[in-house]
Amino acid sequence: MSTTAIQPHGGHDTHAPGMSVGQFISTYVFSLDHKIIGLQFLFSTLLWFLVGGLLALGIRWQLAYPWQDMPVIGRMLFSAEGGQISPEFYTTLFTMHATVMIFFVIIPILAGAFGNYLIPLMIGADDMAFPTLNMLSYWFMWPAFILIGMSFLFPPYGAGGGWTSYPPLSVVWDAAPGSHWPQSLWLLGVTFVGVSSMMGSVNYMTTIIQMRAPGLTMFRLPLTIWAMFITAILQAFALPVLTAAGFMQLTDRLIGTGFFLPDGLVVNNSAPATGGGQPLLWQHLFWFYSHPAVYIMILPAMGMVSDIISCFARKPIFGYKPMVYSISGIAGLGFIVWGHHMFVSGMNPILGMTFMVSTMMIALPSAVKVFNWLGTIWGGKIQFTTPMLFALSFVSMFIIGGLSGIFMAATPVDIFIHDTYFIVAHFHYVLFAGTAMAVFGSIYFWYPKMFGRMMDENLGKVHFFLTFLFLNGTFFTMHILGAVGFPRRLADPYDYDTFRHLLPMNRFMTWCAIGMVATQVIFAFNFIKSMFFGQVVGRNPWGANSLEWAAPSPPGHGNFDFQPIVYRGPYEYGSPEVDTDFYPQTQPPPADPARRYKAPDHH
Amino acid sequence: MGRFWSLLFLMVPIVGVLVFVWAMAGWPGMVNHWLPENIGGNEAIWIDRLFLFILGLTGVIFIATGVVFFWFLWAYDAEKTTQPVKYFHGSHTLEVVWSIIPAATLLFIAIFQMKVWANAKLERPQVDGLPKAPIAEITGRQFEWRIRYAGKDGIVGTQDDILKVNDLHLPINEDVVLLIKSQDVLHSFFLPHVRVKQDVVPGMQQFVWFKANRTGKYDIVCAELCGWGHYKMRGRMTLQKRADFDKWLEQAWQEQEVSSFAPSAGE
Repeated sequence: MSTTAIQPHGGHDTHAPGMSVGQFISTYVFSLDHKIIGLQFLFSTLLWFLVGGLLALGIRWQLAYPWQDMPVIGRMLFSAEGGQISPEFYTTLFTMHATVMIFFVIIPILAGAFGNYLIPLMIGADDMAFPTLNMLSYWFMWPAFILIGMSFLFPPYGAGGGWTSYPPLSVVWDAAPGSHWPQSLWLLGVTFVGVSSMMGSVNYMTTIIQMRAPGLTMFRLPLTIWAMFITAILQAFALPVLTAAGFMQLTDRLIGTGFFLPDGLVVNNSAPATGGGQPLLWQHLFWFYSHPAVYIMILPAMGMVSDIISCFARKPIFGYKPMVYSISGIAGLGFIVWGHHMFVSGMNPILGMTFMVSTMMIALPSAVKVFNWLGTIWGGKIQFTTPMLFALSFVSMFIIGGLSGIFMAATPVDIFIHDTYFIVAHFHYVLFAGTAMAVFGSIYFWYPKMFGRMMDENLGKVHFFLTFLFLNGTFFTMHILGAVGFPRRLADPYDYDTFRHLLPMNRFMTWCAIGMVATQVIFAFNFIKSMFFGQVVGRNPWGANSLEWAAPSPPGHGNFDFQPIVYRGPYEYGSPEVDTDFYPQTQPPPADPARRYKAPDHH
Repeated sequence: MGRFWSLLFLMVPIVGVLVFVWAMAGWPGMVNHWLPENIGGNEAIWIDRLFLFILGLTGVIFIATGVVFFWFLWAYDAEKTTQPVKYFHGSHTLEVVWSIIPAATLLFIAIFQMKVWANAKLERPQVDGLPKAPIAEITGRQFEWRIRYAGKDGIVGTQDDILKVNDLHLPINEDVVLLIKSQDVLHSFFLPHVRVKQDVVPGMQQFVWFKANRTGKYDIVCAELCGWGHYKMRGRMTLQKRADFDKWLEQAWQEQEVSSFAPSAGE
């Protein structure tokens, strides 16, 4: 193994014992090091994850015990209403729950935390291509955090136009209580998230193209990196549309342009002055970003899950190249399916047919991925570690989320299930049971690299087991609610005869949701405890192949203490060429030709 | 522990299927947790059929993949298996097979349902080769449905219109066309029992149509967030035989004429 030390490049400060305040700030606060930035993203997003989860409990409380005082915290939060959730506040609960989870948790934890932490390590680079830009991408999240946080300070305490922010509700000042200042702050906050993601995306693309270690061809990249790469491309093409649309909505709200307001509106018995626009234009622009964003929220998870499954099945990933092509296929199709959010929006129904066909076709690469994961565990030696359990549950849950998507793609069926809990079930299976479980798995998997210590496996398994039970209890039942036609976003659905009998089922779901949030205490405890008391490990505790495991745990500045040279792909588990069941990418082939085995030409 | 985890994952298809069976079959003494009573004509029936067809199809795939998944976890548990790992990078043939079969199936569903979609959203019922006139105009407003019936002349927007709020009466066993629009924000006109849903967009005029085949009172739901009072934007649809409907309409006209309520007050 080569041990040539790499000189840290100019932008870095060196770690030194007894550092000054200035050094501390430059090392841990305004750090240029991708690992610190990754961890900053990780801690921030985990805190917002807690906020988003508590907002969800507010929604669930109202659906289980409508207009009943919330025990304990109700009186503190809503003293005016005597501790019950007002209908105004209910609209802000689901708006802010979605906003926080999508813009502050899932996107930044995948791209910001794992993207930053893993990309340079997994490609054998010493840092990102643009470390300063990288630092800015984290610090541009703070205006977003502050603006969205401030929106909680103005009545009715958060934006209330839905996370989709459909005009005219979100534009006309008096259309809804939640569309006063909170809505403007919301739009600005989302814009800053976009700026942050954009900075990340150019950095990831450049880094992956330019800074791979010698021998690391594109088709030797781990699928995590492929997924991050394609995701960065998606962000680069889709985000400017949302940013532009967000600004158009902001000018509609604040300076009286009329992009999204038609003539002749009469809202709250007064007529807004502006007109000549079209509410559907917003929906097209919004979903042109937000549908690809669905894949921004799942592709990196798919990549990380592939790496974890291959590692703990101790077997090469099944169909590496088809996996890469299916990631690309999902991303490509992702740009031409946005209209499936608009089948009943008033968009020309003929256009609905085209979107229906492209939407149906996107199920195809998703199916290919599931089959390849099944192929990967077939014939392996499966180790049921905590990261593996979370990764397996991703596959199991993604099957449900993927299959329920076919119902929505079918336009006539969508007429009935659109805006019902069937949709809510679908995207929670994709985004919580899928992505969030993959994120948990990835935290358990890369934790030893990040902190040089293991997380507690027993606590991890209890965390997995309870989360798995409660999430299915919460979200699987939503399919049934959707079949009855139970609409989303109603503060009191029991006003309708059709839905009155669904109250007991909602109570069941609410208690499962409470259980699910409570279970996360185990995770938080394990995460913090392990930082100080976890078992200390070496470079490669899992016996994994990819490059990050060749670096020290945790890696110092410049990541590697030798120049990594890559000899093979990252999935050479169980190779007959060597005696161990793994074969790191950096390990040179055996010197003795007699021991060499001619592997089938697969790459 | 591998056995335990394998069985946990086996519970996913088992419990999943049981939940759906429970919902479809109903539980003694419990109200139906399945698709609401379908009183609609052809389009509505076909929407249910497509739903059930896709449910059957995805159900089979769900069970099959779930069982295969369980079996691999069970059989290849590192604690139990003695076989060496199959050092294997994939199979081109398999990839082609499992791409083509789902592609063909999905294309079949896509083409198969186009006619249903066209019936529901494109092919408005006709009378003598002309699109049928709407029986009423419904305007969404925070947080109510304002209904303007065509009256005797069969034309909406004339002197004999009848105005009502949240009270929609319609005849059964005939194609009913409704003109829907909004005066303020987006609403969505959702009639769960006839499988009709259409967002109501300010600045646009849209038509929905259906044929109901049963009398009774049913919900009109707003399915698009329209503000804080979204949850209480509930209308009532009363389906009647044609003769009863005509009688009701006549009575409503009389009430409107003798009352001091002027049509312009509704604007």
